[in-house]
Amino acid sequence: MVEDEEVRIGVYICHCGLNIASVVDVKKAAEEVSKVPNVVVAKDYQFMCSQPGQNIIIEDIKQHRLNRVVVAACSPRMHEPTFQKAVERGGLNPYLFEMANIREHCSWVHEKEKVAATEKAIKLVKAAIAKARLLKPLKREKVNVIPRALVIGGGIAGIRASLDIANAGFEVHLVETRPSIGGNMARLDKTFPTLDCSQCILTPLMVEVSRHPNVTLHTYTDVVNIDGSVGNFKVKLLKKPRYVDESKCTGCGTCITKCPWTAPSEFELGLGKRKAIYFEFPQAVPLIPVIDPEHCMYFQKGTCRACEKFCPTKAIDFNQKPEEIELEVGAIILATGYSLYDVAKAMPEYGYRKYKDVITGLELERLVSATGPTKGHIVRPSDGKEPKKVAIILCVGSRDEKHLRFCCRFGCVAGIKHAYYIVSHIPDAEVYICYRDIRTFGKGYEEFYERIRNYENIKFIRGSPMEILQDADGSLYFDVFDANTNRIVTLRPDLVVLETGIVPHPTFKEVAKILKCAVGPDGFALELHPKLRPTETSVDGVFLAGAVQGPKDIPDTVAQAGAAASSVIALMSKGYVETIPYVSSINEDLCSGCGICQPLCAYDAISLVKKEDGKQVAKVDIGKCKGCGVCAAACPSGAAQQLGFNDEQILAMVRTLTR
Amino acid sequence: MVENFEPNIVVFACNWCSYAGMDLAGTSRIQYPHNLKVIRVMCSGRINPVYILEAFANGADGVLVTGCHPGDCHYISGNYKTRKRIILLERLLEQFGIEKERLRLEWVSASEGEKFANIAKEFVEQIRKLGPNHIAKELRKEVAVV
Repeated sequence: MVEDEEVRIGVYICHCGLNIASVVDVKKAAEEVSKVPNVVVAKDYQFMCSQPGQNIIIEDIKQHRLNRVVVAACSPRMHEPTFQKAVERGGLNPYLFEMANIREHCSWVHEKEKVAATEKAIKLVKAAIAKARLLKPLKREKVNVIPRALVIGGGIAGIRASLDIANAGFEVHLVETRPSIGGNMARLDKTFPTLDCSQCILTPLMVEVSRHPNVTLHTYTDVVNIDGSVGNFKVKLLKKPRYVDESKCTGCGTCITKCPWTAPSEFELGLGKRKAIYFEFPQAVPLIPVIDPEHCMYFQKGTCRACEKFCPTKAIDFNQKPEEIELEVGAIILATGYSLYDVAKAMPEYGYRKYKDVITGLELERLVSATGPTKGHIVRPSDGKEPKKVAIILCVGSRDEKHLRFCCRFGCVAGIKHAYYIVSHIPDAEVYICYRDIRTFGKGYEEFYERIRNYENIKFIRGSPMEILQDADGSLYFDVFDANTNRIVTLRPDLVVLETGIVPHPTFKEVAKILKCAVGPDGFALELHPKLRPTETSVDGVFLAGAVQGPKDIPDTVAQAGAAASSVIALMSKGYVETIPYVSSINEDLCSGCGICQPLCAYDAISLVKKEDGKQVAKVDIGKCKGCGVCAAACPSGAAQQLGFNDEQILAMVRTLTR
Repeated sequence: MVENFEPNIVVFACNWCSYAGMDLAGTSRIQYPHNLKVIRVMCSGRINPVYILEAFANGADGVLVTGCHPGDCHYISGNYKTRKRIILLERLLEQFGIEKERLRLEWVSASEGEKFANIAKEFVEQIRKLGPNHIAKELRKEVAVV
């Protein structure tokens, strides 16, 4: 396009079916804007984003020699790229396009004010036209994508995603904050609805990922910083000291046998003990122990050193220091998973942590597990006796305005599975499931529920207990109103199992802060679109897998991990990304070299340079500029401008909206 | 209060948090007054105070500037710069004879559609109480005299 060529604008008003057209008078809007100077054609059409809709634009560009296009439809965050591509297919620079949002910002929020909404829509389109008139062609640069991915979180989501990427031939660095990968799934005894053994299906994957030639495992490691952008992220990891030399350790476990000191086991959720030098759990990957300095007598008092003495390979290294690891990756997957809601603190009425025999569902998993603290025997934590009457309470914290508004999506079926655990281990036990609604949406879940319902000693009570209390003899009891029978039932269970709600794992909060990716009101990662882009985040090149995005069961987690991995593979197979064109640009003739812009730039993209004639001017490094426009807003002479959002363009919109 | 006064309010929104939050209000069909019209910029830090003055000079009855919550800026710290600029601008507005209540800065995240709708309702009410912005008319008069 020639600079001073006559501006010829085509304007297209979308009906979006009835989404826009039922509120905004689209015919009137098209007619009104057709009178605006430089508008050559103005049309309305049922679905502008459809193929025929896009073809109208492409045809008109040719027929009417259009050199600017305005589409009034949904949010540019939705379809701007669609129309930019159409404009490009029509032979124009894709940035000679402007969008007016008359759906999310107009018809959907002013449903009952048709006249006012139509007027507002016309104004918005006119403002877009005012900006379009001043648009200039912009360029995108190609940047190579480093063919290496970072996966944060070594649970089932992170493992599955890492394997998929590695199997596609790309390098993966898998980071896990705990000493072993495996995550919460490693704690489960069986998985619903098939009741297959959790370890049996998980551990082969753990081993596979650790042995994969394309995967580097970083266990007991935290992410401390991430810079850069899609294609080129610079990552800083901090590997915590295990005090065991990984290159020498064979995982024989002699050190653990010889260690005389114990501490509550994190993996067993405090139900069991571990040594001061310990494996996270027996099938840990990597099978390398860790010394916990807080409980190690050598670190506390300077004596003992039993592990060092007995280690056959001399792998103990008390002088190990935290190690910084720097990586360059092209894409990142967040798979940080979930933690249980802190019921002890938030819901004291349930007596969790106050009464020993009130446990969480995850703790029951450990009691049932053959490798757990009780070697697979379900016993009461208080006295080690078999419980004959067990109450399982669903929705503890979940679907509760005062706590977590959302459904945890696995508590119901987990609770049903836990009832099955009890009756299959203790056939004469009675189980009471206190529920609000039973939600069995997954494949095979309803059938599983039906099967468990047929047990005579598993009873369902529709209601939640008000408060769990303790009698003078130490036994627990609570009242619950059963809405099905309209009666208050008093239960005296030997053991209470709470199916607690879940929250994002605390590491997510840290990582989200580092990455600046959007977080939803519930604290989980906010996906780019809840239906169409569920694995993408607000940060390009950062994808989501599993419960980091919201509560998920294992099948959904694995499915999303595969989806996130394929997004990463797609990015890497293509090999490049195109940069944003909305970077800053300096008009050297106007620049006085005052330097106001330089310290404002958060990316250190501006430097002051001396030109040949000795004049000092600001210079923008396009590679570093992220296109925020902060410098342009501060420039006193108007020399700094943001391409695609320059002063003239924005002021033209302001004037159109206010006159 | 002027009868039948429909304030004209210009909203500046950053692309990442606030504009997305307003989109969410739309997708959730949360209704709010039609008086607000949005101009999208990539970052609230792009908003040159001149744009706000230009809006008032042209007759805007109110200007709402929105950005990511402190600490959440997509561009690290653009919103902090906005906050400083708005505080300074508020002081200047009074000197120009524009009530500082006509300008408001709000943090709206991508998940705060409902919050935005509430701000919109509240702000429109506030401007209704203030009445029309007379500065534009007076400016035009002055221009005519010159």
